[in-house]
Amino acid sequence: MKKVGKQEMMALNGDEAVAYAAKQSDVDVVAAYPITPQTIIVERFSEYVANGEVQTEFVCTESEHSALTACLAASATGARTFTASASAGLALMHEMLFVTSGCRAPVVMAIANRALSAPLNIHGDQSDSMAQRDSGWVQIYVENTQEAYDSIIQAFRIAEDVGVSLPVIVGLDGFTLSHTLENVKVLPDDVVLKFVGVRPLPNVLTHEGKSVPFKLDPENPMTMGPIALTNYYFEFKRQQEEAMKNALEKIQEINKEFAKMTGRGYGDGLVEPYQLDDAEVAVVCVGSTSGTLKTIVDELRQEGVKAGLLRLRTFRPLPVEALRSALQSVKAVAVMDKSLSFGANGGAVYHEVRHALYDNKVHPTIVNYIYGLGGRDSSTSELRRVYEDLLRMLKTGSVEKPVHYLGLRE
Amino acid sequence: MSREKSWKEIAPAGVCSKSSVGFMTGDWKTYMPIRDLEKCTLCLTCVMFCPDGAIRWRAELGKIEFDFSFCKGCGICANECPTKAIKMSLEQE
Repeated sequence: MKKVGKQEMMALNGDEAVAYAAKQSDVDVVAAYPITPQTIIVERFSEYVANGEVQTEFVCTESEHSALTACLAASATGARTFTASASAGLALMHEMLFVTSGCRAPVVMAIANRALSAPLNIHGDQSDSMAQRDSGWVQIYVENTQEAYDSIIQAFRIAEDVGVSLPVIVGLDGFTLSHTLENVKVLPDDVVLKFVGVRPLPNVLTHEGKSVPFKLDPENPMTMGPIALTNYYFEFKRQQEEAMKNALEKIQEINKEFAKMTGRGYGDGLVEPYQLDDAEVAVVCVGSTSGTLKTIVDELRQEGVKAGLLRLRTFRPLPVEALRSALQSVKAVAVMDKSLSFGANGGAVYHEVRHALYDNKVHPTIVNYIYGLGGRDSSTSELRRVYEDLLRMLKTGSVEKPVHYLGLRE
Repeated sequence: MSREKSWKEIAPAGVCSKSSVGFMTGDWKTYMPIRDLEKCTLCLTCVMFCPDGAIRWRAELGKIEFDFSFCKGCGICANECPTKAIKMSLEQE
């Protein structure tokens, strides 16, 4: 793939960028139900449909459960399928998330991350998709609007790869990204069309003994995901785990190919290190707050502090090896969680990063910061305090407490 | 019975390797439909309602046939029959 000559600059918010990427990706079916802060994605897309700018079948359903069910059914026929949701909408999809991944349907879904009720809150945190981490979906979290655009295009390739064949969630922080206007470089339509290509279908052996493309087709009938009891269910779950392993490779490959074409890469696609090579203290972060943290790292570096950042872009599959090698020489690590796993002594990202580092010979001091729940803003001074805490821990050699609540009134 | 396959050998997503024609579900039933030929008008309502396709209209014979290898004894046919020609009775009777 050779480098694209001209990329047009557009002013788009995160939701619009997602809709624009989906518009260019030759999507066959979109079935969705509106929910803040995702609504703009589906609104924009329905405008493309109404204006005849896309050849997509657009289905307005009565609930998110139905929306994902329609997407799964469409995807099973071999169609390229897209949807979007958030918060309570994603929670209502819970059952169908597992059915979609179990049916190996490569649906791409944008999640404008939002808090879960109660109390009711429409603002951004990552409780919604973090709660779905075991549903068998690939999860990619973006830092800015540009990356939201880029990642949706990449997501179709990842999901539809025959070795992966898994649904993909692209998470963008609600309001912080979904409703914030940024400059976004967009690719020409034909370039995106060529990049996403035609959805490839692996061949499978049907009950009639025929080797045919994996899709529902009256000419070559097959039954997908019907029933597998004690004798086969386990084997199908093991296949999904293998697909996740394949996704680790594929995400890196596609990130590299995309970077070559556009000049934009996101680390290795899995993690993005920032000033990490000689860092003594580092923060691990998922999503848009990474942008603020990069500014703080720059400030600290100017002051002579060896500070770094590791942005975890791909949360599922968890890039264990990439985390291990990126953090192997850091002395103190703070993991940021924009969700809370109640009663588990910290957030999900903290637990998993800590788990990934367990097999390293030398362990850093590792602590957790729960932040931004219900969309609470995290200021630069608060985030700077995280690095200051790490430096104090290094100096004193002691950890006062493993889990902190950033910006919470005590 | 054939050897059970490993996860590397099977198609993804639980795609069926065998047709359901070979999977007899008729032995699940407790009640079976008994048709009263006097009352049956061959309206074929039962044929349309059977969820398992276990009641067939044999046009060449002008007859209805129940396939007890697949009839699960749900009783929908008896419930829908407009002339009350089908009764459900315990299988052993």
